[in-house]
Amino acid sequence: MPLPKTFLIVVTVVGCAAFSAPASRAQESPYFVTYDHYLEEPGNLEIEYSSTFGTQRGGNDFHAYWAEFAYGVKAWWTTEFYLDGQTTFGDSTIFTGIRWENRVRPLKREHFINPVLYVEYENIKGTEKILKEVEGHDIEGDFAPSNGTLRKEHKHEIETKLILSGTFKGWNISQNTIAAKNLSNEPWEFGYAIGVSRPLALKARAKRCSLCPQNFTAGVEMYGGLGDRHSFGLHNTSHYLAPVLVWNLPSDWALRISPGFGLNDNSHRFLLRWGVSREISGFGPMIGKLFGRRP
Amino acid sequence: MKLLLPILILFVFSEIAPRAGAQDHSNQPAKRDTAYDEIAQAPAKARAKRNPLESDPEAIAAGRALFEQHCQECHGRSAEGARRGPSLRAQEVQTAEPGAIFWILSNGVVRRGMPDWSKLPEPQRWELVCFIKSLGKKPG
Repeated sequence: MPLPKTFLIVVTVVGCAAFSAPASRAQESPYFVTYDHYLEEPGNLEIEYSSTFGTQRGGNDFHAYWAEFAYGVKAWWTTEFYLDGQTTFGDSTIFTGIRWENRVRPLKREHFINPVLYVEYENIKGTEKILKEVEGHDIEGDFAPSNGTLRKEHKHEIETKLILSGTFKGWNISQNTIAAKNLSNEPWEFGYAIGVSRPLALKARAKRCSLCPQNFTAGVEMYGGLGDRHSFGLHNTSHYLAPVLVWNLPSDWALRISPGFGLNDNSHRFLLRWGVSREISGFGPMIGKLFGRRP
Repeated sequence: MKLLLPILILFVFSEIAPRAGAQDHSNQPAKRDTAYDEIAQAPAKARAKRNPLESDPEAIAAGRALFEQHCQECHGRSAEGARRGPSLRAQEVQTAEPGAIFWILSNGVVRRGMPDWSKLPEPQRWELVCFIKSLGKKPG
């Protein structure tokens, strides 16, 4: 799946923009897998790089990574584009595919529980290891074969999620129900993710500071598969528990880290995730001007 | 890269297509009122809420810092209003109950482009209310 030159140029230009454009400091979610109900601010572009290091029994450990471009089309609609890749130690480095996701918030106001509808299209290879979600009967053993073997499998998949999330007294509780369908006539697969998090301080301080507790949000998330349409349940599924921490830096960057632990024999024993992101405010209007939209 | 084209088309379309009901706050004062209509939508219970940080001497300064981080991009450096957000110095805002402003911050005006700020903890939203209300006070 070679990347066209023009696309690489677009990615490079957007990447450079992240370093030079005006940024805004949003409160980033600490979760890697679970989604809460907060969307991108309209017109803002968030660029993020994230990694997953995973241990592998019966094979080589791996380092999978993805670049994420999230854009707030409207206050109620966020669209995201992903580029995924991985390195399997002692094997090879490989580009594993692309994803395009859309999140829509149907309700106008904030409620105790806020639903968000999520639809994603994935065009990925069997070598995909970012573990952005776990669904169906995904287990550690699926990752054991070499990249040369796994790359022969191509997946065109539609993934849907019902995101339910609410925040009370600073605590965010989010629950995602996942239903995914490989378009090559495979059954619907299911999964879940649950997250709880809270800023370390609820009040802000008058002065800018890097290490102020309100800049940190900590929590924990749990995620796993729930089988498929023919064999729904926990049989032959993998599950993870992962503490999460995000540091929203005053210098407009956000850093996230999360060690994850497999909860059964089907799971990778250990996953270490980290990510860095920057939000560019006013990116959409800036591009609109290039195309002649009246300011 | 079959997926790239539809994404780019969608993105460009969303940016250059005229927005139904879009506001130009600088040139069309006749339409200005509609940007503040949402304040009137705040329920009585929300309006009646008291600001727990009203007497906190640091709340305005903390609210100013939050405003610079999250709000000035749309509402202008001095909250005087800009293309994407109305003035917060306007009478409609300054005469509104603190609870109504808190309600707007918590719920956003999603269909008009203002995100909800419930991602900020409640005390931070009240700090913002303190700062916004301070904009209407005469110095000294």
